[in-house]
Amino acid sequence: MSSLELKDLYDGFRDPEVIKGFQKRIAQEALKLPRTVNIMEVCGGHTHTIMKYGLSQLLPKNINFIHGPGCPVCIMPKERIDHAYVLAQQSDVILLTLGDMIKVPGSHGSLQDARAKGADVRYVYSPMDALKVAEENPDKKIIFFAIGFETTTPMTAALLDVVIKRGIKNIFFHINHVTVPEVMTELIDSRDEHVNSYDHRIDAFIGPSHVSVISGSKIYEKFPKEYHIPVVVAGFEPVDVMEAIYMMIKQFNEGRSDLEIQYKRLVTPEGNLKAQGLIEHYFEKVDLFKWRGMGNVPNSGLKLRDEFAPYDAEVLFKDILPYEEIDDHKLCICGDILRGFAKPQECSVFGTACKPSSPLGSCMVSSEGACAAYYKYGNLL
Amino acid sequence: MTKNIVLAQGNGGEENAELISKIFYKHFKNEILEKSEDAAIIDGGRLAFTTDSFTVSPIFFDGGDIGKLSICGTCNDLAMMGAKPTYMTCAVIVEEGFPVADLEKIVRSMKKELDINGAMIVCGDTKVVPRGAVDKIFINTTGVGVVQKSGISSNNVSTSDSIIISNQIGKHGATIFANREGMEFSSALQSDCTSLWPLVEKLLAEGIAITAMRDATRGGVAAVLNEWAKQSKVCIEVSEETLPVSDEVRGICEILGFEAYNLANEGTFVLAVKSEDAQKAVEILQGFEEAHHAAIIAEVTHQYDGRVVLLSAWGSKRFMDLPTGELLPRIC
Repeated sequence: MSSLELKDLYDGFRDPEVIKGFQKRIAQEALKLPRTVNIMEVCGGHTHTIMKYGLSQLLPKNINFIHGPGCPVCIMPKERIDHAYVLAQQSDVILLTLGDMIKVPGSHGSLQDARAKGADVRYVYSPMDALKVAEENPDKKIIFFAIGFETTTPMTAALLDVVIKRGIKNIFFHINHVTVPEVMTELIDSRDEHVNSYDHRIDAFIGPSHVSVISGSKIYEKFPKEYHIPVVVAGFEPVDVMEAIYMMIKQFNEGRSDLEIQYKRLVTPEGNLKAQGLIEHYFEKVDLFKWRGMGNVPNSGLKLRDEFAPYDAEVLFKDILPYEEIDDHKLCICGDILRGFAKPQECSVFGTACKPSSPLGSCMVSSEGACAAYYKYGNLL
Repeated sequence: MTKNIVLAQGNGGEENAELISKIFYKHFKNEILEKSEDAAIIDGGRLAFTTDSFTVSPIFFDGGDIGKLSICGTCNDLAMMGAKPTYMTCAVIVEEGFPVADLEKIVRSMKKELDINGAMIVCGDTKVVPRGAVDKIFINTTGVGVVQKSGISSNNVSTSDSIIISNQIGKHGATIFANREGMEFSSALQSDCTSLWPLVEKLLAEGIAITAMRDATRGGVAAVLNEWAKQSKVCIEVSEETLPVSDEVRGICEILGFEAYNLANEGTFVLAVKSEDAQKAVEILQGFEEAHHAAIIAEVTHQYDGRVVLLSAWGSKRFMDLPTGELLPRIC
């Protein structure tokens, strides 16, 4: 057998003929829909796929995307970024985080600004890279500013596991992990049926891809069961998203609301039990986590369990961390965008005062945010 | 603009352009500078003149080193104005403790590249600074070239032009990223670092009607096309399938969440040529090993003036935007 090349993993899922095939089948099915349906892609990765590959341009007018709050960088509130900023400024600290978290502005600036002022801020591909940094800098405190949904939480847990087992004394954690099902519930429960018309209701969810690889599709069971909202867990390639939409429209037309997996090549109902075990061992829920643009969402955040407090930067540095509440920018309508009440171009500062190079709101920050994707790719129709 | 310089201002994209215009252009303002070409055209159009400083980590990378880069970079900027590189300067700032053997290796590869261009270093400067004052070695080269064909300018691209790329894109950026971060791929990935004058010389000799040329360095192909679209007030429509990208570069982009058209090149250039000459130009380029994958990638229209549009193979379209910020890998 010849070895599998990287391109074999995505080429077929970007095949123009397959995409056009789904476009046709969706158009036929959509003729039978009684009204416009609103499909929310919860995950920022899907927002990116839809905009980058121009998928909304391929769909009939009665299928509308609502862009959800699933970009871990976008939802990070200024209060938490200010924590990172303060920690990074300690002379004996090296602050590590993932990718474009470095660009997100807090109330004093971004971590990139902190670095320009002399702070030692570095990005890592994998939390495990912290081990090398810690070994090379035995006199420094290495703080891993941990972010992300269920996808990245196991990596943080795995790092802590190694730190404890090897007795490493200079790696600490600032935990900002959040969970998907709770914010999906909040999105539905916070809608007022008397105020919100059909225009704003969420008719179906595209379930996140890699979150589901870890957690399994079982975490979405309550949405079809209790709320009668179909969920299709989809992959990140254009063919994946097109097929998921086709599966949803079929559900509408057949009067079903089921939990289905399109991303069968990686997602199972149970998920990765080992990763789930690690998360369970090291983390517990916090009562409230503030999401940028959305406010407090019950049970949606994680923290280290009390017995791991010696590794918790929020405990160790509690005397220097700021705790005041910070409001989002007055003109910014990210909250409404994340809840699906508004589209980016309806915002008065979109593309003018608020741009990727100088974002006012959360949705403009990461390339997976709805505003950034609209700005970058133009949402051409 | 930020109060302190941030890395994003050196990315060849939006922040970089802002820094240059708000600080340097503001004070140095003059007609030649404001043309904002790869090289200044001086002496009544007879000479092209340019300078570039080189800092790269690691200094020896797959497909080249800082020495080769420092000659290619400056000579390519001259070649892009239709000028044959002639006289050059070389200024080196080197850190205390730097191995002399490495310095000689660098200078040897500079000499090799000078020969390819038919140019020579005629004056120079050396500074040694205390350990830590620079990252190993910084090199500046300045070059003068004799213009062989005048009127090549990024302000003149029109709907009668077709856009050509000379090679597979993003190789230098992807190589440096992989080398710097110690990412080991079992692949043949190499920087495209090469001198472009021999290619340009041949195109000129064959009488190709070239409107504009630019080597797609920092900011990649996207930066060049966006600048042309803005400066010439046209829309450039790129067919995504025609963009030549190697499997290695595509793979790195997939893993890290980059676009190949945002990655730097050091021996790949974009040309606008009259459409009737486009096919011939591609054939000439393909005769060179370093331009084996040359292809027509775009047409010029007025659909969205000042913007670059990418057309997908399934009929959707999107903007090809200027890169913003630092190149940072995606999170998940």
